[in-house]
Amino acid sequence: MKIAVCLKRVPDTTTKVRVGADGKSIDPAGVEWVISPYDEIALEAGLQAREAGKAEKVIALCLGPKEAAKEVRTALAMGADEGVLLLDGGGERDAASTAAALAGELGALGAELVLFGWKAIDSDQAAVPHLVAAALDRPCVSFVTKMAFEGAGLVLHREVEGATEVVAAPLPCVVTAQKGLAEPRYASLKGIMAAKKKPFAEKPAPAAAATVRTTRLEPPPARPPGRIVGQGTAAVPELVRLLRDEAKLL
Amino acid sequence: MPGILVFVEQKDGVPRKASLEALGEGARLAKSLGVPLAAATAGPGAAAAAAIAAKRGPAKVLAMEVPALATFSAAAHGRAIAAAAKATGASLVLLGASAQGKDLAGAAAARLGASPIADATRSAVEGGKVAWVRPVYAGKALARVEADGPVSVVSLRPNAFEPGAEGAAAPVEAFDPGVPPGDLRVVVKEVLAPAAKRVDLTEADIVVSGGRGMKGPENFPLVEGLAAALGGVVGASRAVVDAGWRPHSEQVGQTGKTVAPKLYVALGISGAIQHLAGMSSSRCIVAVNKDPEAPIFKVADYGLVGDVFEVVPELTKAVLAAKGG
Repeated sequence: MKIAVCLKRVPDTTTKVRVGADGKSIDPAGVEWVISPYDEIALEAGLQAREAGKAEKVIALCLGPKEAAKEVRTALAMGADEGVLLLDGGGERDAASTAAALAGELGALGAELVLFGWKAIDSDQAAVPHLVAAALDRPCVSFVTKMAFEGAGLVLHREVEGATEVVAAPLPCVVTAQKGLAEPRYASLKGIMAAKKKPFAEKPAPAAAATVRTTRLEPPPARPPGRIVGQGTAAVPELVRLLRDEAKLL
Repeated sequence: MPGILVFVEQKDGVPRKASLEALGEGARLAKSLGVPLAAATAGPGAAAAAAIAAKRGPAKVLAMEVPALATFSAAAHGRAIAAAAKATGASLVLLGASAQGKDLAGAAAARLGASPIADATRSAVEGGKVAWVRPVYAGKALARVEADGPVSVVSLRPNAFEPGAEGAAAPVEAFDPGVPPGDLRVVVKEVLAPAAKRVDLTEADIVVSGGRGMKGPENFPLVEGLAAALGGVVGASRAVVDAGWRPHSEQVGQTGKTVAPKLYVALGISGAIQHLAGMSSSRCIVAVNKDPEAPIFKVADYGLVGDVFEVVPELTKAVLAAKGG
């Protein structure tokens, strides 16, 4: 069995987001790019499945600019067997167009299990896995915190508001990773060296399209400057008074 | 624009709060665009929930209480929503952006040939079209997005839109969306529910979060005590979750949950940028921290510099006294 893990190149969580010159995307100056953290969890889950003998191969698939080769190399260094980078030629791409490009490649790769992070931490949409699953006519199980191979399918724990659902899903299917599924490993020096010899294909992605377009990106409204009510327990009565009389929250 | 459909998520016949907010926004948009509003419910309890939704402004409600939707499957429910959208002639489908709503926005959009818009926090009607504002980078920036396609599917962030007022009840119709067996490949075997039924962080009006300053999991009863006194739920910082003190379902921030409650209380949380991103749109922020230089105080409406172990018990007592009196 083959496992494909879809990775997105995103700004690191410590990034201070500034709006770029076009007024609708971020200013990339000084941004540290990484694999989206939930995708990294998905990758780790894929690697563990292969190490447990459940799959022969883990393929890291990324749709992104040529610079995203760095993130694919990281995935190979962590232990993925092959890397594929679909080179995005620029132009705005919405979730549906992203999913169409990924689904086309995933179909060709023939991976029975497709793993994603439940969302990418830049666009925060959580949409692409479901769109890919629909395009491939496979089920999609999201927010997965535990994955076990049983018989010809999977038994998955999905974390949904206040409860854990245990679901059975057949293969092939699409699974999205929630925190808790696996703890991503660091690439070892040996892994980094080995990555250089692994198959890594770069190919042009289908042209971008967007029916949902971003027309403006702006910083969030500034909060009023912070206010210190006081020090220690002596300030508790004043805090409670403000919460009751000013904020009207009690 | 032919019409608006709001999918109302429900459990045991009770609509979700985020869904009532979506219905409220649907009613406002329908009025301003001069188009009809319909609603749909699905699963066991759909008819009872539809009767409640029917009083919140739609012209009719489709209740999809069919065996194929007895348990949750994104594909089956997504297909059902798409069928309801087609049956009501909707070109705009709204859902509450709960965990299930996020799944369904993608699953329904796929079956309507649309690209979904997730977690919108504001709408603007211009020239007969709706533009949406949605936070990106966990709220570090706001994107304004417009949809050109014939159908758009939008999930609305909990706590961002006002629910509508109750009025006269619209008719409820039973509707069979005709879910094909291929959409029922995922089977829910069991639901492991926690002992107490809790409100989800993203929908809570009040969130009380603890950070590294709580010094250990054994001290979280202090956080829980204040949360109980305020009628809120417990959250946590990434450091605390990474250390294993609290479950990851409680994490607030860019790699956890983004929350926008009426009141957010940060106890012993310094305010790393990825945490601030996840809670800065809260209406009122209270912070208690020993370090007067902690970044959390820059966004706190009410900051209290002090030791959480001294301040929190006093604060809990004072809140209980204020609420009692």
